[in-house]
Amino acid sequence: MRALLDVDHVGMTYFVGGLLSRRAVRAVDDVSLRLETDKPEILAIIGESGSGKTTLARMILNLAKPTDGAIRFLDTDVTTIGRNRARMRFMRQVQPIFQNPFAAFNPLKRLDRYLFMSARRLADARGADIEAAADKALHQVGLSLAEVRGRFPHELSGGQLQRIAIARALISSPKLIVADEPVSMVDASLRMSIVNLFKSLRDELKVSIIYITHDLATAYYISDRVLIMQGGRAVESGDARDVLVNPQHAYSRLLKESVLSPQDAGKPFVPVGGISA
Amino acid sequence: MLAILRDLMRYRPQFRLGVILTGVIVAFAALTLASPHPQQDQFVVPPDVPPSWAHWFGTTSRGQDVFWQLTFAIRNTMLFGFTVAILSRLISVAIGMWSGYKGGFVDRVLMSINDTFIVIPLFPLLVLFYFVMRDKMSWPLLALAMAALGWAYDARLIRSLALSLKTREFTQQCEFSGMRTSEIVLQEHLPYVLPIMFYTTMNNMNWSIGLEVTLSVLGFTNIDTPTVGVMIYWANQHTALVAGIWWWIFFPVLFVMILFIGLFLLAISMNEYIDPRSRLARMGGASG
Amino acid sequence: MNTVPAQVKGPERVLSVTNLRAYYQTQYFGISREVRAVDGVSLHIDRNEIYGLAGESSCGKTTLIKTIVRAIRPPLSIVEGSVMFNFAGRECDIYRLNRHELDSMRWRRLACILQGSMNVLNPVRRVRQSFIDFAFRHIGQPMPQFLALIEGHLARLRLEPAILDNYPHELSGGMRQRVTIALASVCRPDFIVADEPTTALDVVVQKDVLGLMREVQREIRSSMILVTHDIGVHANVTDRMGIMYAGRLVEEGRTVDVIRNPRHPYAVHLVASLPRIGDTTQKQGLEGAPPNLAAPPPGCRFHPRCPLVMDVCRKEHPPLVDVAAGHRVACWAATQPDARRAA
Repeated sequence: MRALLDVDHVGMTYFVGGLLSRRAVRAVDDVSLRLETDKPEILAIIGESGSGKTTLARMILNLAKPTDGAIRFLDTDVTTIGRNRARMRFMRQVQPIFQNPFAAFNPLKRLDRYLFMSARRLADARGADIEAAADKALHQVGLSLAEVRGRFPHELSGGQLQRIAIARALISSPKLIVADEPVSMVDASLRMSIVNLFKSLRDELKVSIIYITHDLATAYYISDRVLIMQGGRAVESGDARDVLVNPQHAYSRLLKESVLSPQDAGKPFVPVGGISA
Repeated sequence: MLAILRDLMRYRPQFRLGVILTGVIVAFAALTLASPHPQQDQFVVPPDVPPSWAHWFGTTSRGQDVFWQLTFAIRNTMLFGFTVAILSRLISVAIGMWSGYKGGFVDRVLMSINDTFIVIPLFPLLVLFYFVMRDKMSWPLLALAMAALGWAYDARLIRSLALSLKTREFTQQCEFSGMRTSEIVLQEHLPYVLPIMFYTTMNNMNWSIGLEVTLSVLGFTNIDTPTVGVMIYWANQHTALVAGIWWWIFFPVLFVMILFIGLFLLAISMNEYIDPRSRLARMGGASG
Repeated sequence: MNTVPAQVKGPERVLSVTNLRAYYQTQYFGISREVRAVDGVSLHIDRNEIYGLAGESSCGKTTLIKTIVRAIRPPLSIVEGSVMFNFAGRECDIYRLNRHELDSMRWRRLACILQGSMNVLNPVRRVRQSFIDFAFRHIGQPMPQFLALIEGHLARLRLEPAILDNYPHELSGGMRQRVTIALASVCRPDFIVADEPTTALDVVVQKDVLGLMREVQREIRSSMILVTHDIGVHANVTDRMGIMYAGRLVEEGRTVDVIRNPRHPYAVHLVASLPRIGDTTQKQGLEGAPPNLAAPPPGCRFHPRCPLVMDVCRKEHPPLVDVAAGHRVACWAATQPDARRAA
């Protein structure tokens, strides 16, 4: 049984400084995770800035190369994928969702263009099938081609743009979606519909999702498993309910205590003591 | 791009003025087709005649009609400036884009070369060039030399644009939509690059015309073909101002000034358009 | 000017905003737009109180803050309304002060903590220099005493005096924000404006920084207006809060009341839709999107998305009325339930 995604002791070191003083920074240090093909799931990678979660996502998407370890997608080493047909095959299966819905599209171009382009290049659609594929993907996210046709990004809200970005990612029927903080820049009133959408992608379309976030609450709400990262290392991982309700590692506990919940309205505010950051 | 030009025409008086001034000069240059005398001929009309009905701009001490000489001069000067601008644009865009997109080693090497070209003093180099070439000096050769020296500033500008566009999220989104790099550069990034190209072209034309006039006035170019600078050169040779032949200097200077101002106005009115925020504000951006 | 804090007894209005309207009016390439960022907001803030302002993007809260501190420039202008401060018993309309009065009031009486602390700290000067730039003339003491005062202030906030020698980029984001808080509070101002002070910070640092802000506020007994979209922050830090939607205040009251018992449908949704650890019930998003402030819908601006919409909502804008002690709501359905049954 081959794994959908096998991240095998992956590390990334990069160097800062000029010719005279170079320093090695370990952005990702010995991280492993595994997703299976027969079990679509949502894996949340939780961490703060500098935890390496975005670097890990970029490596999985083949936008950066790991310096140690290997990342295998369906048994193919991701680093061997060049800039040709192999890359196209890879992109059909693995798609990204970015954090900022307003930056995800070229503000000077119409939105439907990217949907049609994905249909043509990644789904090999021709002629009337192109629009049909776009419309179908948009329906899966609760929109339709009629609403989106001819529109520019500035005409729509962050929530709608993010949904269109998800629709575009779905056109090629990918097996894995890597979503980097997909709802952090979306307004609170629109956020939950996007988060619920991820749930339905897993349940109905059988897509596995790597959901990168710093928000423990939404991670608890939709993920099956979580991986908590700090300073490039994985400090705790396991079933989402278990880890988030009963964190074992000191850092995980710290994270959970730091979450400000509306439940606490009216209770005295107890800051976490002794943290210098 | 056309929509931008149309908007500018409608709403920016600077742009309209720039178009008018430049248009006048271009129309004037087109009159060369109707010239009764070939550009090189001398002593075809009575010399030193002040502006009159027969000779609108007067005549020179060399027996040439200032009006018709000026049409050739302006045409040659403009063609020269335009050629230099186009050639150096090609070099600066190619180097800037390649350097910006590739990054790493290629970027460092190209930018080292770029910075070298920026610090080279152009004027002494061109004078040296003249002294080396002497009789073989011709306008195409000079245009080539100036194009080879005038791309450095703008290459850096284009490079920084390429750098910023490369890392923007929509570029990665395009990649994951299956677009090839060449398509991304030409279709997605070009609308950002074109207004800057327009601006730098106008700027470069002004620069090259200015340099050409300077070199010609000092006699460091081919002085047989009339350009604005060459006319002033000959006027100085015949001590026109002392002799009272003011029209020989006045009209070339006036016309090149009009050309300069026209090109400058075109360049700066495009400047406002370059800022993507102002473009988005015009399109009716989301919130206030 | 000395630094003795003003001793006040009992609640006292520090800020009164009355019927404020601030619009962005642009005329660009033949397209003229009027964005009604703040459209009729009235609120008041008492001494020694933290008032929270909640709302999503483009609800007008940042514009409201800018108008309160008079940091507005064309194309933004006040169309109607007033902003009255009450410092040390003296009332002043911030828009009637002249340049000199405004300068002497800023930082001494009215200070800011902004998002992205790099905006406040000069990146090419050491932290000490920023303190000197902002506070020296207000404190009015000779330099050695002034520096000793700064170091004492930092020590009280559990910050190392050594950071005065650092450049801003040498400090982490959380550290910079703490410096900004120290900077804003060093003159013991009567009113502090905090605009998304912890949004760019990590969760762990955020809690610490918010704790520091509360500590500082309680110590100098200043009033604070804290703007953030994060309801969790409001729940834990603010005493009273107001929720803005499309340029208007839709609900306002004690934080505990607004969160435990929200009345406006938008507030109800906002509070109910937040996921929590340990809660697996289904949460819903809200249909539609916040309106375009250049062309807002008539009547109540929330009506296109409201589950309780009635006829009157489409025509008339509901006023902000009391539904309980200190708890105001602007909603026809919340204040006139009979009308709903009849509709």
